Amino acid sequence: MQSDITVRTTRRSMLKAGGTLIAAAALPRFARAANEPPLGTWPAGSSGSSVFIGITVPLTGTYADSGEDELKGYKLAVEHLNSGDPVIKMISPKTTKGVLGKEVKYGVADSEAKPNSAVQAQSRFIADNKAILMTGSTSSAVAVALNKLAQREKVLYVAGVSGSNDTTGKDCVRYGFRQSFYGQTAAAAIGPLLLKQFGKNKKAAYLTPDYTYGHTVQKSVEDYLAKNGGWTTATNQVAPLGAPDYSSYLLNVANSGADFLLNINWGHDAVLSTQQAEQFGIFNKMKLIIPYQTPFIAKQVGPKITAGVYAATDFWWTLEDRYPVAKAFVAAFQKAYGYKPEWGANNAYMQFAMWADACEHAGTFYPPAVIKAYEAGRHIDSTVGEVYWRAADHQLVRPVIIVRGKAPSAMKTPDDYWEVLEVVPGAPLMQAPDAFGCHLGEYT
Amino acid sequence: MITWPNFVSQLFNGLASGALLALISSGLTIIYGTLGVLNLAHGAMFMLGGYAGYVAYHATGSFTIAVIVGAAFLIVVGGLLELVVVRHFYSRPPEDQLLVTFGIGIVIVELVRLGFGSLSKTVLPPSWAMGVTPMGFLIYPTYRIVVTVIAAAALAVLYLVLYRTRLGMIVRAGIEDSGMVGMLGINVYRVFMVVFGIGAMAAGFAGIINAPVVSLTPDMGDSILVETFVVVVIGGVGSFPGAILGGLISGEILSLTSMIDPAYSEVMLFAVMTLVLMLRPQGLLGMPSRE
Repeated sequence: MQSDITVRTTRRSMLKAGGTLIAAAALPRFARAANEPPLGTWPAGSSGSSVFIGITVPLTGTYADSGEDELKGYKLAVEHLNSGDPVIKMISPKTTKGVLGKEVKYGVADSEAKPNSAVQAQSRFIADNKAILMTGSTSSAVAVALNKLAQREKVLYVAGVSGSNDTTGKDCVRYGFRQSFYGQTAAAAIGPLLLKQFGKNKKAAYLTPDYTYGHTVQKSVEDYLAKNGGWTTATNQVAPLGAPDYSSYLLNVANSGADFLLNINWGHDAVLSTQQAEQFGIFNKMKLIIPYQTPFIAKQVGPKITAGVYAATDFWWTLEDRYPVAKAFVAAFQKAYGYKPEWGANNAYMQFAMWADACEHAGTFYPPAVIKAYEAGRHIDSTVGEVYWRAADHQLVRPVIIVRGKAPSAMKTPDDYWEVLEVVPGAPLMQAPDAFGCHLGEYT
Repeated sequence: MITWPNFVSQLFNGLASGALLALISSGLTIIYGTLGVLNLAHGAMFMLGGYAGYVAYHATGSFTIAVIVGAAFLIVVGGLLELVVVRHFYSRPPEDQLLVTFGIGIVIVELVRLGFGSLSKTVLPPSWAMGVTPMGFLIYPTYRIVVTVIAAAALAVLYLVLYRTRLGMIVRAGIEDSGMVGMLGINVYRVFMVVFGIGAMAAGFAGIINAPVVSLTPDMGDSILVETFVVVVIGGVGSFPGAILGGLISGEILSLTSMIDPAYSEVMLFAVMTLVLMLRPQGLLGMPSRE
């Protein structure tokens, strides 16, 4: 039997249907809340009026200078988040005050650039303070260790400075994110320039720190130059972190017959080994190249040594001429601390700003939701132009900056050590996401 | 990379770094031999000497004055530390002495960091000692040669003080039996204070003359402390000639192993120390312990 009832669309029924639809649309949200069992420090860490971040940076040891710079970047970011500063809103436009309306608090511990110390301190922050985010490292050994802690404890970790391919390669995790450039992108960015400037079939000597950062960066650079330019390796001098004297390594370099010295050392190790190479007269017969620049190197060894030296870096303050976010950040940092930020500080500031952005987009601190907000691949305005996160390995797709040291006579201000030669776009520099064996792991 | 030029270079480099290690270690061994205190703040003394020299150098522009001021400062600091802190620990167990000197070291390092920051500081060598000196097929920084000569001269002076003066005689007697020296009517505490000052000065002096070779950071004493400890164990704890021999041996081990594979140089140093401890527990030139 056919119904003869004609359904009329009335205003009332429209409203009813609309209401049901809205309720249905809202349903997944409530349903999700029901499906969000406690995970890591969630929801305990964000149930109050504030949230806590655990920061572990080296405040002692060979990386202390960069650790302090990095810490300043974190502090400025927290200050800007809590006050809703216009600078941080350029990166995280949804930010009002705090993150999701909650004040950001933090604790700082000295990692000594040692994985054990960092893991212990962060474990305390998780247990005692219910930290919902961990950060800090200027050593990839620390970054890799905190990656693993993050995945185990289900608490997010945004890496500080970390140059090893492994951080978002074989040791990548679902709960870890890296902003900075790394061995592979450094090599692919500076390699073409070196071959263009110096030609093919040269002999290189390497000074390499003996841990994951040194080994992966050295290999990436060596492979690139060998494959594309026929460069050979005269010697690779591997030194422990914090070596007190480089004389015996440098004698091996001096007697190697190399044309170039590629110094991969970082922190004070880079400063000391470069100064001592100068003392040994090595730069009279070979040219210095810095494939992965350490902050403050030119300031500490002096611009006479870095003049004409090519280096790959993450950020240099004169990028303020190209990017409005960089201009605003450099001005704010200079006002707060009285000097131009180095790239460790920039990395720190960007990591917090992008974390805030991910939380604001997720609308919750529930870690899997925040991770998915990162993985959405949203384009973000940064201090080095537009960037986005690669979902497959949690590496930020961002350019590598190629700089050349200025001679003292060419420096316009006391901080004007480097000239930006190129901003090399990031995506073509990167390996396939699984090329270094990255398997991100589970959300829950 | 074993070639003749590299072998000769490394042999010479071992001698140069060994001489400096010997000088620093001599301070550690004199203090231990006389006072029975293993001064774990010795690395901090080395660093403090460098910074004292840095301050004097920037105030006067003279490297010579920097060396004198730095050395004088360290003898005062050493003497004061003995008087104010270390003296009260002679009758305490060795672990208390280790802890208190370790603590002093941390306090000094952090005070320097507070005052100077973590960015490294540079002291330039005197202008006449800049550049490199060609020595046949070996090119070596001129100032490092100067450091070696100064370190050797300083060790010679220390030797004369210890073996040719009345103070030295008392110190050596104190190493043998400080109780008996006290019974002979000598003010042992005053001698101890002077010895602690001289020991600190040896490290501080090495810190200043080494300042142009390295750039100064508050943490620079940490690794040196470990190396000097190894030197003293190899040479014989409490033995001044042992510190010199141990320093030279350690310098050569570090340098010559680096020639083959730098990654193993520190390992080799500890391996040799272990070997010495197994075959001759008192060290190469040390006397068997009376305890």
